[in-house]
Amino acid sequence: MSIETSPKQSWWSRLAHPGQFVIWSRPFILPLAVLTGALFLAGLYYAFFSSPADYQMGDTVRIMYVHVPSAWLSQFVYGTMTVSALGTLVWRHPMADVSMKAAAPLGAAFTAMALFTGSLWGRPTWGTFWEWDGRMTSTLVMLFIYLGIVALWRAFDDQLRAARVVAIFTLVGAINVPVIKFSVDWWSTLHQPASVFRADGPTVAGSILTPLFIMFFAFTFFFVTLQLVAMRTEVRKRRVATLERRAARGEAA
Amino acid sequence: MIELGQHAQFIVGAYVGVFGGLAALVAWILIDARRTKRRLEELGDTKRGGTR
Amino acid sequence: MTGFSAVLRREIRLSLSGGGEILTLLLFFIIVGAIVPFAVGPDKELLARIAPGIVWIAAFLSMLLGLDRLFRPDREDGTLALYRLADLPLSAMVGAKVIAHWLTAALPLIIASPFLALLLAMDGPTLIRTILSLLVGTPALAAFGAIGAAITAATRRGGLIAPILIAPLCVPVLIFGVGAISSQGGPDQAGAALLLLAALSLMAIALSPFAAALAIDWGED
Repeated sequence: MSIETSPKQSWWSRLAHPGQFVIWSRPFILPLAVLTGALFLAGLYYAFFSSPADYQMGDTVRIMYVHVPSAWLSQFVYGTMTVSALGTLVWRHPMADVSMKAAAPLGAAFTAMALFTGSLWGRPTWGTFWEWDGRMTSTLVMLFIYLGIVALWRAFDDQLRAARVVAIFTLVGAINVPVIKFSVDWWSTLHQPASVFRADGPTVAGSILTPLFIMFFAFTFFFVTLQLVAMRTEVRKRRVATLERRAARGEAA
Repeated sequence: MIELGQHAQFIVGAYVGVFGGLAALVAWILIDARRTKRRLEELGDTKRGGTR
Repeated sequence: MTGFSAVLRREIRLSLSGGGEILTLLLFFIIVGAIVPFAVGPDKELLARIAPGIVWIAAFLSMLLGLDRLFRPDREDGTLALYRLADLPLSAMVGAKVIAHWLTAALPLIIASPFLALLLAMDGPTLIRTILSLLVGTPALAAFGAIGAAITAATRRGGLIAPILIAPLCVPVLIFGVGAISSQGGPDQAGAALLLLAALSLMAIALSPFAAALAIDWGED
């Protein structure tokens, strides 16, 4: 651990400076990881050993305990990216774009998991692995948006220049998400005959809520932990890029 | 293990897939972090995060 | 106002003069629609049922794949830098470009759509509704497309990334566009869809020049 010889900085600048961020974030990682693990263990216990099967759906309701948190996280991560985008554009916070970049692949992964679990829930419930209902379709479009953002980051050589451009796209996406959801719902009611069973989810009895909430928190803390690590890595990657550029110039001189 | 009903394969499949995915995510993030830290040390910057 | 119309005139003149761009885009539109019967069979009933969707897909793809020419040539020959330094705000420039893009890309498609309707066994009233929905909906595609083109203008190789970014955002346009044609939900549905489409287009046209201008500025420095 290096001795910090610079004058004591306010907590805000310690939050903002990338190098400082790497230092102060380190002690948080292990506790967060342990908390996440404990929550997952508790969640799994409640999901399989301490909750009943739904009277309508049977045991497949247990899939909901991983499907709903994944879907929630898919939204929440985009919300995080939107706030980070605002942080980049409006407040020019130095760590905001790091946060935005780190969150994108995580969000894509959770969205994919939501689709995967939704598909496996759909097969015994509706009979097919895929159904073009409002929610699954909107989630699919979200996945495309996430992957597009990941591709956009990679299309730029200079990540700092990319930051504000990606932020604009993220915000445009954020404004469009409600429009997309509305249009997809409109579209699915247009094409679905009224008699199709709409899997709104089981009636929520208390004993079903417990594993759901635990998994909910487990997934959320999982994201926070990984986000922290990914942000630290991104800061270091930028440092690597700077050093490599400097070395290349030094050698050329 | 408790009885999971006739659709056990889907339930198990969903959980295996999700936790496999979560594990893969953790592995990728950690490998990426380790690789970057090693590269940073290679380039001679031993200060964590590299404040300059 | 003269600056705006100058940019507009320049864009239109460039599209009309060099390289037969309009012809290429038009051919692409027709070809996308024309290959459908080869893929799904020439059954007239089937074609008539999916014709509105096919026409919209063809328009969608044509508008999206032609996006690179919106800003990249200007960026490469330095015109974009001049635009950024000019008195006229960059968002006005982008607005002029969007209008020009619509005039030279969407309007030809709409004019050519009866030909596609013939190939896809679309009947007369459906064709009228299709033309109307294209007229109302393609401005949204042009506006969203401009955002995508602006965002990717500063990347090294444009390619397919702009269409990939914009396609999810254009899903509502497609949904309402086809919804305004199909008689599946009855005339009320079609009317509602057309209004929603109009609202989407207006919102997109109003907001996208500003978003695109910001994206261009920030992509450059």
